[in-house]
This record gives sequence, C-alpha cells and structure tokens, in this order.
Amino acid sequence: MTEPVIAIVGAGPAGVRAAETLALAGLRPVLFDEAARPGGQIYRQPPVGAERRPDALYGLDAGRAVAIHAAVPALRDRIDHRPGTLVWNVFGNRLDTLGPQGYDELAFDRLVLATGAMDRVIPFPGWTLPGVFTLGGAQIALKSQGVAIGRRVALVGAGPLLPLVAHQYAAAGASVVAVLDVTPFSARLAALAGMATMPGTLARGLWYTARVALRGIPMHSGVKALRAEGDGHVERLVWTGADGREQTVVCDGLAASFGLRSESQLADLAGCAFDFDAQTRQWIPRRSTASRSSLPAVYLAGDGAGIGGADVAELQGRRTAWAVLQDLGRPVDGAAVARLDTALATQARFRAAIEAAWPYPAHLVDAIADTEVVCRCEGITAGALREAVTARDATEVNRVKAFTRIGMGRCQGRVCGHAAAELVARARGCPVAAAGRLRAQPPVKPIPVLAPTAPAEAAE
Amino acid sequence: MTRQQFHRLVARTGPSIAFTIDGTPAQAQAGDTLMTAILLNAPALRRADFGDAMRAGFCLMAACQDCWVQLDDGRRLRACTALVEPGMAVRTGAGDD
Repeated sequence: MTEPVIAIVGAGPAGVRAAETLALAGLRPVLFDEAARPGGQIYRQPPVGAERRPDALYGLDAGRAVAIHAAVPALRDRIDHRPGTLVWNVFGNRLDTLGPQGYDELAFDRLVLATGAMDRVIPFPGWTLPGVFTLGGAQIALKSQGVAIGRRVALVGAGPLLPLVAHQYAAAGASVVAVLDVTPFSARLAALAGMATMPGTLARGLWYTARVALRGIPMHSGVKALRAEGDGHVERLVWTGADGREQTVVCDGLAASFGLRSESQLADLAGCAFDFDAQTRQWIPRRSTASRSSLPAVYLAGDGAGIGGADVAELQGRRTAWAVLQDLGRPVDGAAVARLDTALATQARFRAAIEAAWPYPAHLVDAIADTEVVCRCEGITAGALREAVTARDATEVNRVKAFTRIGMGRCQGRVCGHAAAELVARARGCPVAAAGRLRAQPPVKPIPVLAPTAPAEAAE
Repeated sequence: MTRQQFHRLVARTGPSIAFTIDGTPAQAQAGDTLMTAILLNAPALRRADFGDAMRAGFCLMAACQDCWVQLDDGRRLRACTALVEPGMAVRTGAGDD
C-alpha cells in the first residue's frame, strides 16, 4: 500500500509540531517552507554567518525557539523538509511550488496549512515614508540581522507586542524614544482577570512592560491620532495623547502594527469556507477545534486561520496531526488529544481577553483622509476607494478592486486589504462584513516567468 | 547617500562583502540580507513605482513585496530574503529622472 502524501506549508511552530507528530506516527510528511531555516517569523533564525546565542535572540522564549529549531534536523530522515520553497498555488489536490530547483508540483492526499500571520496595517499620514516599518519587521531586523531600524526608534500600535519589542530593542542597545498604544489603558484593566487565565504569559507581558518603564522609555496609551513627518524619510512622530495634547518626538525609525492578520491566501485557493470574525474584524478560514477546515483534505494550524500566538500554534500543530491521523484511520493517542484540547480551550479564553484588552482602533480608520495612500504598491488613495463606492456603485471590495486596482499590486492586498474593506464599509454605511473579502489569486506572491525547471524524473 | 537607515547593534566577525549602490562602493558582512546591506549604507532601497518617493521596505517577512530591488545585471531580488553577494551592483533609482 502506498503511503498517503501529507503536505505541510510553513515551518513555524505549528507546521513543525504537525510534521513531528506525523513523523513519530510513522508517516513522512513533506514540509514546505519559504524560509531557509525553520522557526517561522516568531522564532526566525538568522541566516548562515549571522548566528547569535538563542537567549540573546529570543529572551524568555529561547527554550521554545530552540526546541522548534532542533525538531526539524532531529527528524531529518523522517520528514521531507523543503526549505526555500514557496507554495504559490493550490489547485484541487495539487500544490504548485517554486524552490531552489525551480518550479515543481506535488499531488497531496492531505494538506496542512500553517501559513502564519503578519502585522495588520492601518494607514496614517506618513506611513509610506522610508523609515516606517511594521512592528514585526522591526523585530525581525533585530532578531535575524542584529540591526535596528533607526538610530532613534519609536513604536506605535495596538497589542501586547509593543512592550516586548521595546524591551528587545532597548536591551540590544537601541534608543527607543516612545512607545505609543492607540488603545485605552482602561481596556487592559478591564481584561486583567481574563488575561490571568494564563498567569505565566501575563507575567511575561508585565515583566516586559516593567523593564521598559524602568528604563525611562515614555509609554502612552489611548493615543488618539498620529502622523509621521519628514522630508523624504521619517524625522518626527507627532501624536495626540489621551488628554488631547499634541506631542512630538524626534525619530528616524518608526515601527507600527495594529494587531495581526492571518495569511490565508492558500486556504482561499484551496476552496476553504471563510467566516467573518467580528472581534478581530477579519475573514478567517473556518476551523474546527480539531483544526479541520471545511474541506475533508485540508487542515489549518496556527495563526493562518485566526490569531492565537506561538504557543497556541504548537498545540494546534500537534492537534492537527492527530486529526489527520484519525481521518486516515491510523491509531490516535486519545489521552494526548484530550490534553491538547484542554490546553487549547484555556488558551482560547486567554485569547478572548487579549482581544478585549487591545480593542480595534477604529478611530484611526475614521481619520483616514481622502489624500492618504492606502495601497503602497501602486499609490492608490482612500479618496479613490471612496469614489469607487459613491460614484461608481461598487458595493464590495472585489468590485472596488476592479475599478481602482486596490489589492492588485505586488502584495496582493496583504497590506491594504484590511483598511480597504473598512473604508468601503464606512463609505457605504454598512458593516465591514458586508464589504466582502478580497479573493486570493495565484501566484500568491510574485514569481519569475523564467526559473530553472526541475529535472525530469525518469519513468518508473 | 550618506545617511543610513539601519544601524548595526550586534557586531560579528566574518568576511566582509564588497558591493555597490548606484556605483558607489559599499561594505556588508556575510549573513547580511541585501536589505540590511543596503540600508546600513543608504537611506532607501528603491524608488517607488508610482511617484518620486523612495522606499526602504516595510514588513521584512516576504509579505509586503515593498523591497524588490534591481541589480545592474538584470536581476530583480526581494531584498529582505536575498542575501548580499560580493559584486552585487544595486540600482536604487534615486536621482533618476
């Protein structure tokens, strides 16, 4: 009997744990990863030649990071790890890939998508200036390359990563000049009891916040408005505080992030059903507690189908593998599954508290002017989007895309798609769910027309 | 082209790599991405496709596609994922008409 082909996309915490669990059960999954080394973005490894000690790179999470990194080489004969390989399309049960050997494809019996997430972007004046990066990007600059995004760095956003990145930058010797959260501090207090569901995680967050405060780095919550200014690059960050007072800080690097968004293009191409999540205001692929999608052959693990963070990703990776094994008629360790389900339920309660603690910063979207660039790929403005709605009767984002090219640039809507839907909903006066969801298109990332082709395999 | 966007916080040993930015010689280190190499020596990566503004990348995780740069030899590379190689000749488009 031929063994089933199980493809996993993404070698972050979810994909690695899924691969490990499947391999230990005697299967040999194919683990695709766009990066050269496993770890995903959260446990991103430096390239060869830029290695550093794990505790310097990952701080309190060094143990978790090292365990994920070590799992892949430990399984070397039992998984088919394909680093540096982009999965750029799903068509039926076929993956189209581009790797070091060129274009290739793989027919799968089961597909585990562990595609992760990126920062959710909300445009603000000056956000396309050189020197403005995402918060995740600022973290990667430090972790993967040992560089800071500027000499004087300011951080703005909505979420628990702000104090973490501020701490990491300051500890590495960078000058952090301001940490601004655009959500009210009162929301954190109200959610404190819920966050205490995971006392260890809460304690880590408070420890980072305390470290930043002890260094004397200014931290402000409830920021009402912000803009980056400068002549050709970031020179200042100007914000309106909770007290209504405008303040300015000189900086040449700015990191911004307003929550996270799932990387769900491949799930869309596979044909997975999506649901609108009202709390995080995004469309996410439908996932059962056992990590099954709406399709019998497709499974969803980690942040690619709703944000949970790295610890949840590991749990879901393992849980997904057990669902695959069960669906293949293989033996399942019921006690292990029960432990995972209990841990995931606790994490879900914690996650709900996190989402309540950093509510959606709608006031930033309300403030987007007509002249503001929403699509940084092609320079499309908020005014152009609104005009498509009001003057051309485009009622949902794909129609707006046809008129304006929003979401059609190189990033395929990863950066602009969220704000575009919010702006269309406001222009129509409808809920954002009614503004629709940008459809994914292959290839999900730019690929060259010419690439080396895989050597033809001899007929067997 | 004197202002640099990135600043190296963690010194490391290893071979240095010579490359050029708009014809000006520059130095990087083995293990630097092309983005790191350029932004340690220059304020931006490339001219935006629409308008005169420059761009210096954005997400660093191969998602936003803001950091594609052009080399003299015709290659186009995503600077946050490509590693710098000796002799690369980067064209930022700064100062072009």
